[in-house]
Amino acid sequence: MLSIKNLHANIESKEILKGINLEVKAGEVHAIMGPNGSGKSTLASVLAGRELFTVTEGKVTYQGKDLFELSPEERASEGIFLGFQYPIEIPGVSMVNFMKTAVNEQRKHRGLEPLSSSDFLKLMREKKELVELDSNLTNRSVNEGFSGGEKKRNEIFQMAMLEPKLAILDETDSGLDIDALRIVANGVNKLKSPYNASIVITHYQRLLDYIVPDFVHVLYDGKIIRSGGKELAFELEEKGYDWLKKGIVV
Amino acid sequence: MEKDQDKILNEVTRSEYKYGFVTNIENESFAKGLSEDVVRLISQKKNEPEFMLEFRLKAFRYWQKMKMPKWAHLQIPEINYQDIIYYSAPKQKASGPKSIDDIDPELKATFDKLGISLDEQKRLSGVAVDAVIDSISVKTTFKETLAELGIIFCSFSEAVQEHPDLVKKYMGSVVPYTDNFFAALNSAVFSDGSFCYIPKGVRCPMELSTYFRINAANTGQFERTLIVAEDDASVSYLEGCTAPMRDENQLHAAIVEIIANNNAYVKYSTVQNWYPGDKNGKGGIYNFVTKRGKCAGENSKISWTQVETGSAVTWKYPSCILLGDNSVGEFYSVAVTNNYQQADTGTKMIHIGKNTKSTIVSKGISAGFSNNSYRGLVKVTKNAINSRNFSQCDSLLLGDKCGAHTFPYIEVDNKDSIVEHEATTSKIGEDQIFYCNQRGIKTEDAIGLIVNGYAKEVLNKLPMEFAVEAQKLLQISLEGSVG
Repeated sequence: MLSIKNLHANIESKEILKGINLEVKAGEVHAIMGPNGSGKSTLASVLAGRELFTVTEGKVTYQGKDLFELSPEERASEGIFLGFQYPIEIPGVSMVNFMKTAVNEQRKHRGLEPLSSSDFLKLMREKKELVELDSNLTNRSVNEGFSGGEKKRNEIFQMAMLEPKLAILDETDSGLDIDALRIVANGVNKLKSPYNASIVITHYQRLLDYIVPDFVHVLYDGKIIRSGGKELAFELEEKGYDWLKKGIVV
Repeated sequence: MEKDQDKILNEVTRSEYKYGFVTNIENESFAKGLSEDVVRLISQKKNEPEFMLEFRLKAFRYWQKMKMPKWAHLQIPEINYQDIIYYSAPKQKASGPKSIDDIDPELKATFDKLGISLDEQKRLSGVAVDAVIDSISVKTTFKETLAELGIIFCSFSEAVQEHPDLVKKYMGSVVPYTDNFFAALNSAVFSDGSFCYIPKGVRCPMELSTYFRINAANTGQFERTLIVAEDDASVSYLEGCTAPMRDENQLHAAIVEIIANNNAYVKYSTVQNWYPGDKNGKGGIYNFVTKRGKCAGENSKISWTQVETGSAVTWKYPSCILLGDNSVGEFYSVAVTNNYQQADTGTKMIHIGKNTKSTIVSKGISAGFSNNSYRGLVKVTKNAINSRNFSQCDSLLLGDKCGAHTFPYIEVDNKDSIVEHEATTSKIGEDQIFYCNQRGIKTEDAIGLIVNGYAKEVLNKLPMEFAVEAQKLLQISLEGSVG
């Protein structure tokens, strides 16, 4: 589904990603871990198409297409979803209006008719329950005045609405209490299928108690320095990152 | 950035002003130029009573001594007032149109194309229209239906003929001809407009509206609207405007006067979409308008809502004189400027009566190379005890070549009143747009969403069918403003 080869990316001519290689197949859950500043969020942003970053080298293929040929909105409509680490507030724009526009734009891209208002509201009700989202939240402006936990749940709610093929969750667990963590993980697990894949970016092993990954990758200084199964996460939790860093020749 | 700029310009060129067409109709026009003779000729053309001619001549003589005001944050080339045609009207049968069949089909087609049907049968919604093209009103709909309630809704010219006492009593009582340069000019040469009188205790059952259309070239449009609501009366009034695309600038100088007596309520909504000029700032309407309402009676209320997207230059300050005790004035405004448009707009709230209240919500949106200024005065006089004002002025910037300015003036002459002013300036965040993009929403649509969200507080004040139009208009006006 997604193939990343030797990806390098800069921000303001400072190199952040220094040659990433990663293969993600349908049905898989990949966890990317690593200390602060290792490039985890940059990787997520580059995949989603944020212009802030410049890709200097490498190739990313998504479902047989050159990812960098697609605009951010085309990537979204082709099924890439980014769960933001810091969801953005858009004052005055209701969640209902925002989601309706997004869902129907994506449907248009796929050659489908827009959803009728009643079908759309039905879908919203259904998905809200999935992430146990307070129904008042969807009547408010996008993320405006939401608590940290509400914002993250709202990200998962949007993911549920858009049913992406590839979900990239950027530190969705940060700032969540244990109940919210369970709800968020629950949402992700329920959406899992043999046809889609997730990349879960996280700082702590804790989330991986709830979302069981098929692969764990350690990102450090812009490179993946170690990949393994879910047991790698436990090892990291126990030993920290230092033992891995020592083994690297930069 | 360079690439973005090109993209912006390309998109702007493609996004077209929808109402830029010209209708080929036979006109009867005066020669260019302004003199006492022209003023007399206009009055004569309209077969006006003596008091009207005197009013015009006094205004003209006063105007001759005045200079165009320079205090606004606008750059306007010298206007040659002798190079303008002051009267131009579609040719009609001698007596003027009595029924829909007497109207030139070309004119009917023009208004149809603008979405304004002059045929009452074809209108679904309860909106009565006075359609004004260039210097004259061509048709007022639902006049008879309204007359049954005692409501007078007709062209200004007709009011002068049929209700001279009312015109004489109220014309110039809120905006005297001495008020300002453009008010004096309008008072001298105005050719038509709308008149609306709601008698005591009557709530007008439908929206009343005037649609202004400039068609003829080199012509100035000078119209006057006069709305009088007697005790316990209420009315909601709408105004719309468009003009053809032309390379030359055209002048529009209007006056609107509103009088609200005891317990009366007048709501006045404008969607101003005059031709704004092209992407390089060529052409467009110079829009100099004096709008003012007088809350003459106790507990009266006047509410202005405006969505300003058009015109090359806008100079406009719909104001309220809060004379009656407990009277209320409101001003809700969204002003959008793109390309090389300039807007200097705002309001004046003059608190004179006791316990008077005013609310100002102004939302400026600037894009391209445009300049957008809010200018407002809140004056609380010595006797206006316990008065309150709340002002909120927000500016939103798209891109880094445009400007937003706020000029609030506050004068409070008593100790028992409360005046609050809040102002914010923000830019549409790249992160907001990216967030929308990531959900599959294109940048243009994202801007539409964000801008409409920003302006929602004001758009919500518009009558329903106008609100939808205004939302679309905001999006079109800003098309191509962010790369």
